Amino acid sequence: MDLKFIIDEIQKADPEVYEKLSPRREILKSFGAKVAVAALPLALGSMFKKAYGKVTDVVLDTLNFALELEYIEFNFYHQYNLVSGLIAGGDAAAFATIEAHELAHVNFLRKAIQASGGTVYTPTHYSGGDPVTGSPISPASYDFTAGGTFADIASNYATFLAVSQTFEDTGVRAYKGQAANLQSNLDVLTDALQIHSVEARHAAHVRNIRRLAGATANKPWITGNTAPAAPAQGSYNGEDNTTQGGVVITTLSGVSGNVSTNAATEAFDEPLTKDQIVTIVTPFIRP
Amino acid sequence: MKTQNATGPSLLAEEGTVSNLSRRRFFKLAGGVAGVGMILSACHKDNNNNTSAGVNLGSGDIGILNYAYALEQLEAAFYTHVISSQYTGITSDEIALLTDIRDHEVAHREFFKTALGTSAIGALTVNFSSIDFSSRASVLGTAKAFEDLGVAAYNGAGRLIKSPDYLLLAGKIVSVEARHAAYIRDLLTGNSFAGSDVINNDGLDVEKSPATVLATAGTYISTKIDASNLPK
Repeated sequence: MDLKFIIDEIQKADPEVYEKLSPRREILKSFGAKVAVAALPLALGSMFKKAYGKVTDVVLDTLNFALELEYIEFNFYHQYNLVSGLIAGGDAAAFATIEAHELAHVNFLRKAIQASGGTVYTPTHYSGGDPVTGSPISPASYDFTAGGTFADIASNYATFLAVSQTFEDTGVRAYKGQAANLQSNLDVLTDALQIHSVEARHAAHVRNIRRLAGATANKPWITGNTAPAAPAQGSYNGEDNTTQGGVVITTLSGVSGNVSTNAATEAFDEPLTKDQIVTIVTPFIRP
Repeated sequence: MKTQNATGPSLLAEEGTVSNLSRRRFFKLAGGVAGVGMILSACHKDNNNNTSAGVNLGSGDIGILNYAYALEQLEAAFYTHVISSQYTGITSDEIALLTDIRDHEVAHREFFKTALGTSAIGALTVNFSSIDFSSRASVLGTAKAFEDLGVAAYNGAGRLIKSPDYLLLAGKIVSVEARHAAYIRDLLTGNSFAGSDVINNDGLDVEKSPATVLATAGTYISTKIDASNLPK
């Protein structure tokens, strides 16, 4: 790890980085391979926080909100990937990939919040120990039947898929709705966008599994406000919007005639507010 | 929020299918004074947007919207050709979903064109000579490259956007591009929707700067694109 190289790279984007990191400027410039590697993350964390001290409470709250959602998703996949015979053999690899991504998101967000000086969220009934380094597996925190609404989720693959699709599509909407809250810290904003598109890739894949399994109208993209199951409707309300930035998409020219209503709704995903998301996920969280 | 300036004659004296009221609503989204200033200054420079030497994307949020418009033009032109000149062995299912994608990209293109109004760059000339449209591998390989590039482009551009409303609009589009990318990747290779070639160990997708994206996209665009005024 060559700290000077890193800072020199930053300097290309921000010529004043050394000044911002002052008064440690001279120390920094003399930094070399001699510095204990173990000490670097800590030193970096505090220096960068001082230099780019724009991690506001809003940003930290938003990161913790994202962490709460990632905990739900990770625990969902972790629990059901272990249920023998639930997930179709051909799909096991895909759901293992998705679980790994959600775990990576949990770990990434935990570290980001800690590095920014925030208090890292832990789920209710969490027993994993340290909020940053402890196990994120927290079965006591969640009820993925949502109080019996999805009672056969552990034995009926179709139910599992419907809930999975809903979680992913909801995750996409949640990140989208929070983007503006991260504009005071552009690095965090970029990180969040990079998670957001991963959730959308997951959503598309799960939606396609359901489509190929017989839900033929269920395409990788969201048509209208169609939900995979009635109790999940709240996660899809508003997706039928056809007006973007004052422009009515169905009045625009398509390939033959105007853009269709279906295409207009599919071409733009819609956000949800934090309150809307909380309402959606609350039934899955044990009080 | 003062938006009166944005409803001046220069913004309304243009043809199109969107009513002046809708246009006004869109520009109202530009947010505070800063956003309005950028739109107006971009409008003043309109005559410079399309020169014989190429197009200038412009500056500020308008520049980023034009950047997105350029990419959507490329994608829309590509899928329009894919559907009008289908590859050998294409299935009815692939026709249906690739047609959907074409229609999404056309909607994105027409949205940016309408929203940008007089600030919009002109139509770009594409160059698909390197693509064999009769070959499934060539077409889907190119589609994958375009979709992954689109995702990386929007992910990288988010930080360059000032207006929260434009940021949200970009967010509404990027997740659809990610859905396309996942579908196309799965068509090429099962379960590659979020492969380790695009998702890193932190579970993060790719983000790229406009310069990097345009260097790649430029292979398929004959029109010279000047991105030198984009925010950095």
